[in-house]
Amino acid sequence: MSFRVVHYINQFFANIGGEEMAHVAPELREGAVGPGMAFNQQWKGEAEVVKTIVCGDSYFAEHEKEAKEQVLAWVKEAKPDLFIAGPAFNAGRYGYACANVALAVKTELGIPVLTGMYVENPGADLKDKVLMVATANSAAGMRKAAPAMAKLGLKLAKGEPLAASCVDGYMPNGVRVNFFEKERGAKRAVKMLIAKIKDEAFVTEFPMPNFDRVEPGKAIPDMSKAVVALCTSGGIVPKGNPDHIESSSASHYGEYDITGWDALTAEGWQTAHGGYDPVYANADPNRVLPVDVLRQMEKEGKIGKLHNKFYTTVGNGTAVASSKKFAEEYAQKLLKDGVQAVIMTST
Amino acid sequence: MKLELGFIEIKDVQFSNECAVKDGILYVNPDQVKEFVYENDDVRQYLKSINFDIAKPGESVRITPVKDVIEPRVKVEGPGGVFPGVISKVDTVGSGRTHVLRGCAVVTAGKIVGFQEGIIDMTGPGADYTPFSKTLNVVMIVEPVEGTKQHDYERAVRFAGLRAATFLGELGRNVTPDEVKTFETYGIKEGLEKLPGLPRVGYLHMLQTQGLLHDTYVYGVDAKKIVATLLNPTETMDGAILSGNCVSACDKNTTYHHLNNPVVAELFEEHGKSINYVCNIITNENVYLADKQRSSDWAAKLAKLLDLDAVIVSEEGFGNPDADLIMNCVKNEKQGIKTVLITDEYAGQDGKSQSLADVSPLATAVVTGGNANMVINLPPMDKVIGTLDYVDIIAGGHAGSLQPDGSIDAELQIITGATNEMGFNRLSAR
Repeated sequence: MSFRVVHYINQFFANIGGEEMAHVAPELREGAVGPGMAFNQQWKGEAEVVKTIVCGDSYFAEHEKEAKEQVLAWVKEAKPDLFIAGPAFNAGRYGYACANVALAVKTELGIPVLTGMYVENPGADLKDKVLMVATANSAAGMRKAAPAMAKLGLKLAKGEPLAASCVDGYMPNGVRVNFFEKERGAKRAVKMLIAKIKDEAFVTEFPMPNFDRVEPGKAIPDMSKAVVALCTSGGIVPKGNPDHIESSSASHYGEYDITGWDALTAEGWQTAHGGYDPVYANADPNRVLPVDVLRQMEKEGKIGKLHNKFYTTVGNGTAVASSKKFAEEYAQKLLKDGVQAVIMTST
Repeated sequence: MKLELGFIEIKDVQFSNECAVKDGILYVNPDQVKEFVYENDDVRQYLKSINFDIAKPGESVRITPVKDVIEPRVKVEGPGGVFPGVISKVDTVGSGRTHVLRGCAVVTAGKIVGFQEGIIDMTGPGADYTPFSKTLNVVMIVEPVEGTKQHDYERAVRFAGLRAATFLGELGRNVTPDEVKTFETYGIKEGLEKLPGLPRVGYLHMLQTQGLLHDTYVYGVDAKKIVATLLNPTETMDGAILSGNCVSACDKNTTYHHLNNPVVAELFEEHGKSINYVCNIITNENVYLADKQRSSDWAAKLAKLLDLDAVIVSEEGFGNPDADLIMNCVKNEKQGIKTVLITDEYAGQDGKSQSLADVSPLATAVVTGGNANMVINLPPMDKVIGTLDYVDIIAGGHAGSLQPDGSIDAELQIITGATNEMGFNRLSAR
């Protein structure tokens, strides 16, 4: 069986014309047109372009909603295993159309999608959402782009997992994938250092991300009436870790009741955290979750009340995305319970 | 300082009535090794039993929980002895001649100390990720005396492993090495004269120092009590730096890694050709902010004092030490010293999360040892050395990691040495 592919191209690659014909409305053609034939050649029958959708770049830019609806309707009817758009090289509006039409097919129809363009094409802004092969900045790069896209497209049609971006040839999309390099890390580091010393080009293996900064909340005017909760990423749990929170890379958090506890004890509590010396936390768990001090402040009237539940997880090796998910969930519980302030202890 | 390393290729390890190295075969009498290991107060007091086993590359064997891996070496010429300040008396090492039993290692395993101990598979998919699936391993399975406190237990295990490696290394003293290599770095003036015009490069070597199972020792000193200081690169080859059995298995630097530090080796490859490899700066990764600031200040100050043009910075561990890594990067870059960082990543099982706990736009050159959160399935092995009792709770495991058939579903961080941040492996990520 051959995988069915629908291909999206613009008026130029359909040989209708250049800028003067960019107004043409979407049109559906049978089989492969233009670059689609290059894909077919690469696939040698394993996959085949069954339909080609042609749309003028100006038409797409000016009638995006209608154009998308029409494309989606045709793609839905064709029931393909893969949708390919482009490659668009450095054509800005074409790149924009490829990326957006592919995103619509992916999200609306759940069909694997692929496009290709120059890294600086405005369409490449969507590279974290739509898989893209980096191409040269002009159509002269077709000879390299077609085999790269055909190979990756076939992998997608087969449902095979993606290898690292540099192995499979797609633009880095924020998903980190392991692979084995040819040389060990120390050798790569020394080579990179020598290039950096000589002001020669080198490629970092981990481009620095943008950091998520959180604005501090507003100050609480009267703490003596505030309900305060304790939360921790230091892994304090009831003795025996009943919910099996992992010692590293936690998959969940715990909610535990401290009603009636004036202080945590070594008999009742422990840490599940694998990233620091547990001896002192196990001997006196208040060192990480200071229930003793908060109870004292409660008695002295310095705070209104210590909330009877605390939320806890292990921060060690835990993905930021997981931490965010936990906090979004239990922050709602805290709000519902009328908690005004949280002391979050780390380790 | 100049050191000759004489490599004795070990092709096989066998239990025997005698202890010797003959024709590339290491013969081990476990009773004799044990006797030597027990000549130590901590070992006597805290270790109830030590049993020996052998694991060879390609065998269907799983070793866990692994604490440290140590390469047997012996000092045959020059001042001092291996593991100075711990096994040998304090004396500056790194010159003269040292023999190495290459291809074999002592592995300490047994009941858990903390949560950080790892797994070594000698075959299967897990073997691809650990360098110790390629070594002939003399494994020590240790059992603590009932009621032994964790700090005492860790120290006793550490000494037991080092003593066993010392005993086995001694067997290579009078053996003619298969290969001899010389390593030499120069004093400042001498270096300028001998290698004029070559960029001056240093190695900023970060040592994990966060506490139990997160410690490193330098000439016997707990490295959390040091300020940044200088070492000749050859000193590390004689065991000046020892692992206190640290952090997640995947990015702990075992004593074997310190002895065979790949950054040192690769810098020596370029020394005298494209660079002048000046020296190593060692610094720590303490938990307090003031310590982080002080240590990174000192490391950067030493780099400037030595007029370095560039440094490679290697990390150990993750999360908290990411802050030290970035401080070391930023402070050097700001004074015009170019940096390359070696780290690993915790990008989540799906690879979509932020990989480091701290970042800076000045960190333009980073080498990664891979995403430690990657999930791996380790099929069952015919034989387990140690115990599978702790697989679910060590870092990288989760409740249910250990399947009824003996296979293990876990994150890569459970494998000893998998994402090493000295750049020991080929594993990377994009």
